[in-house]
Amino acid sequence: MTQTALPRPASRFRRLTMHQKEALTAYLFISPWVFGFLFFLLVPLGSTIVLSFYKWDLLRAPRFIGLDNYTKLFRDPLFRQSLSVTIRYGLGRVPLGIITGLATAILLNQRVKFVGMWRVIYYMPVVLPPVAISLLWMWIYNPQYGILNGFLWNVFGIKGPAWLQSTTWVLPSLMVMAVWAAMGRNMLIYLSGLQSISEELYGAAKVDGAGPLRTFFSITLPMLSPIIFFNLITGLIDTFKLFTQAYVMTQGGPRNASLFIYYYLFQNAFQRFKMGYASAMAVVVTLIILAITLSVIRSSKVWVYYEGELSRGDDDNG
Amino acid sequence: MARSDASTALNRSQGTSTGIWAWGQQPKVRRRALRAFIYLLLILGALLVLVPFAWTISTSLKTEKQTLEFPPTWIPRPVVWENYIIAFTARPFARYYANSLFIAVTSTIGQTLSSALVAFAFARMRFRGRDPLFILVLSTMMIPFHVLIIPRFIIFKELGWLDTFWPLIIPNFFGGAFSIFLLRQYYMTIPLDLDEAAKIDGASHFRIFWNVIMPIAKPALGVVAVFEFLSSWRDFFGPLIYLSSDRHFTVPLGLYTFQTEYFTEWHLFMAASAMAMTVPLLVFFLAQKYFIGGVALMGGGASKG
Repeated sequence: MTQTALPRPASRFRRLTMHQKEALTAYLFISPWVFGFLFFLLVPLGSTIVLSFYKWDLLRAPRFIGLDNYTKLFRDPLFRQSLSVTIRYGLGRVPLGIITGLATAILLNQRVKFVGMWRVIYYMPVVLPPVAISLLWMWIYNPQYGILNGFLWNVFGIKGPAWLQSTTWVLPSLMVMAVWAAMGRNMLIYLSGLQSISEELYGAAKVDGAGPLRTFFSITLPMLSPIIFFNLITGLIDTFKLFTQAYVMTQGGPRNASLFIYYYLFQNAFQRFKMGYASAMAVVVTLIILAITLSVIRSSKVWVYYEGELSRGDDDNG
Repeated sequence: MARSDASTALNRSQGTSTGIWAWGQQPKVRRRALRAFIYLLLILGALLVLVPFAWTISTSLKTEKQTLEFPPTWIPRPVVWENYIIAFTARPFARYYANSLFIAVTSTIGQTLSSALVAFAFARMRFRGRDPLFILVLSTMMIPFHVLIIPRFIIFKELGWLDTFWPLIIPNFFGGAFSIFLLRQYYMTIPLDLDEAAKIDGASHFRIFWNVIMPIAKPALGVVAVFEFLSSWRDFFGPLIYLSSDRHFTVPLGLYTFQTEYFTEWHLFMAASAMAMTVPLLVFFLAQKYFIGGVALMGGGASKG
């Protein structure tokens, strides 16, 4: 046929089966993601690993130095400090976030009036730009003129500390601020979880004579455990991404007491232009995040309850 | 008998959900006290949330002298509205707002459209490798940004894109893993018969996507759009490393620079902060249902493990 002698793309496309056409179209549709995955994820990921074996200041040519960046990293007291700051902060911030979010969600789930209004109020801080939040809290924590020390003085007659300039108080201060800023989001997540718990479970508990505490620990908490688990992982990862507060409010101080890991990485990469060293740090931090995430996932088998497992068990009978 | 009547009446007044406080058997007085306590806690919490906002507005209307009083007072005397004008013109904030708006709107369009298309293929089309590829999409959410940022910076530098908006906008045109996930979940709930009917009418896949599925998926698209808009508007790290000349600054970057230049004039910073808070709060109030729905979807996604 003459048509086969001159195969234009359109005619070739027409000769494909319907399934092949569908598949080709689908590949076309996902091609933006594939391109983004290669160009903005896979290539950078590989490059970071390669770069971590080089010394490079962006000006002179990169020089291969083997594992030097890593050995230097493990001897760097500031890197250890930044890890310790980040982990200590996470250990306080994440449970605080879970408890406050859960507590407000439980309050709102008590068939209170004006649920919409409460939800809006509690959620408002979540949408604010972190820089605006940081400025606002610097002013709240201001030792001389801030409202917090003003309140402590007026009500208790206490002269409050210089919150952000104190090695003792800087991390707790940042935690409180972070809880203020994120409580609304956690609350909404838990609220939707609470509302999906079936009434029958509570009915059954009541018939069995379970009190409110017993009901909470035997029904509410286990049913929410997947969400708590999700919150735990995202909270831990967020801690490792904390940057704006450290940059705007404390510059890592005082005496490196708020030297968060991402801020330290930023200093090395974009202020001192130690690209290779910062890459090695990025690789180590990524491995730490993965290790934490995996260990939480592993431990979750013990304490997270998935409803799906129950129904799968039930299906076996049928 | 009387007791069970009371408890059913109580249950009715409270709806069927008894939450964790299944106190149906308790006397009425105790129940009322509990309700009052719940409201008290809610009000207390709301006050704690609102006090920082009130403090921003209070400070923004004070004279500099009044901001430097101890102990601080709440009511500005006199009320200085000019602080807002001074703060807005102390740096080219009009320009920063235009920049932020441009970046946020284009990023939102890019992220929403590209994710919608990719999610459509994953949810409603058959092709080899679909499921493993989708798992790959999900697993990219686990990759921390730390390990990508340095080469990305270098790539954009090589492209000559430093100090332009492109590094902040262009990556959004390749779909975001979370948006794709959210939209796919939503598409899965739309009956496949719709696609079949359209196919019989001779519609192409793209037409099915654009004319059939997109209109139905508006609620989910709204969620993706508002979250992308806000995350772009709030971003500080990106503008900080990519933008260097003042006329390209975004609102957060301008706000930060303002503070470093005037570092004690808190009445002006608070006026500038209050203005910077307005846009996201406005978006939130106007698109409230998308936020509430979106967060619920996230929680739902989480509980599916």
